Amino acid sequence: MNFKMKSTMRYWFSCVVLFLFADLIILQDAQAQRGIREIHQERSLYRNIIVTEDSSRRCLRFTITRRTGQNQSCRFLENPQALVFPYAKMTLSSLLVQDDPQRILIIGLGGGTLPEVYHTLFPEAEIIISEIDEAVLSVAEDFFDFAQTDKIKVDIGDGRVYVKRAALRNESFDLVIIDAFNGEYIPEHLMTEEFLQEIKQLLPEDGMLVSNTFSTSRLYDAESQTYQNVFGEIINLRMNNTGNRIIIASRQSLPDLNTLNRRAANWRSRLEIFDMDVTDYPRFMSTEVDWNTEERPLTDQYSPANLLNN
Amino acid sequence: MAESLASMNNLLILCLAFVSGFIIMSIELLGGRILAPYFGSSIFVWGSIITVFMLSLSLGYLIGGKLSLRNPSLKLHGSFFMLAAFLLIPLILFGNQIMEALFLVIEDPRYGSLIVSMLLFFLPTAVLGMIAPYSVRLLVIDSNHSGHVAGTLYFVSTMGSALGTLATSFYLVLWFEVNQILITMGLILFLSGMLAIFSNKTFHANKAALDIS
Repeated sequence: MNFKMKSTMRYWFSCVVLFLFADLIILQDAQAQRGIREIHQERSLYRNIIVTEDSSRRCLRFTITRRTGQNQSCRFLENPQALVFPYAKMTLSSLLVQDDPQRILIIGLGGGTLPEVYHTLFPEAEIIISEIDEAVLSVAEDFFDFAQTDKIKVDIGDGRVYVKRAALRNESFDLVIIDAFNGEYIPEHLMTEEFLQEIKQLLPEDGMLVSNTFSTSRLYDAESQTYQNVFGEIINLRMNNTGNRIIIASRQSLPDLNTLNRRAANWRSRLEIFDMDVTDYPRFMSTEVDWNTEERPLTDQYSPANLLNN
Repeated sequence: MAESLASMNNLLILCLAFVSGFIIMSIELLGGRILAPYFGSSIFVWGSIITVFMLSLSLGYLIGGKLSLRNPSLKLHGSFFMLAAFLLIPLILFGNQIMEALFLVIEDPRYGSLIVSMLLFFLPTAVLGMIAPYSVRLLVIDSNHSGHVAGTLYFVSTMGSALGTLATSFYLVLWFEVNQILITMGLILFLSGMLAIFSNKTFHANKAALDIS
């Protein structure tokens, strides 16, 4: 290698190093300005887990890089019961479709927000959480006051495998919530027609599936079509101020707007402790087919989910 | 004439090595997708798949090397490709039934995924592994050049592997179903085998010509 090449390479190398450092410094500055401190960081088998805290809230974040990470779960320090994120409130509003679940399966633990909320509302209900990453469980326990009890149990393993085994054991769940994220999107094998069929086997006649997903991606059409193929009519819950989207699917026919409004009025006071007014939600629930029905549904054979998301 | 035929054959052998490298990694990558519905996408599922591919390739190298000792021919070389194509059939046709059966028998997804990977991928991959050392034997004319020949061959086949990984994960899964990709791989292997067997005659003819000169 001649001298010129060497010096050119050195130049580029130092540019890259400088760029990386500058990036880090800018980011740390931005965080510091908002008063966000990192109080815990670990690299688990599946992802980087970061717990951050500012003056008002503590958050769990899965990151691939520092920049792309999204908060998976947050709680207010003063009032831990109040829900921080729209998606959690949107999930909870599915109680207007089907209430009083006695057995609940939640796929994806996060900070343990949803299990706690459902336990508060239905103290007698048995809640099982399927979580792939043991480190997420210990972070939830250490930083978000999550605790396993005789009513709240965590199964460490893949959600798909849990559902398949539960179906073999002829178990049933009145409510199944898919709340699984890998930091980027929902894992591909948890989005397919076959998986939804397996979940359907777990639902009794009046059982319900609630899926926490997004409204802003190329996947919108494919995902909607997949749910529609398995469940027929679905309720789509999208709101103006958030990219979150909740799909509510049930084996029964879905209630009309009047029924939803009436139930919301009844539920209103019980859900106030979570800092939500549930009467706001029915008007955003729709069974209208607002997606391209020609889109190829996702199956175990065809599920390039994360590629479509880009 | 004989020399140009020889270089044609060498080119063919290198192309086939590229194809086998491409297909090995494409299948390995699809393995994760195939197993996920039954065993999830936990880290040990990839662990199982990679273990099985490494085991089967190592055994394939050993057997391929042994077989190259006696009467090396493009005919046998081509039959490896055809055999590998046939060994993909159980994976395509009965993959789900096999996984279903083992899912019922083995509770632990670690050993479940390991044994299923063995059943589905071991044989086709081992046969694909036989191709590389056998190709070296077909290409080597004198021992002084054996390292150079082996280096070129591994360069070509590993390039194939790299492209196979890239093409499958970036594009093929976006355009096709898993089984459509596997069937295409099987057909390509079959046709490659046919091509090698068909070229066997010219291979022998020009070998003879070279020997005389």
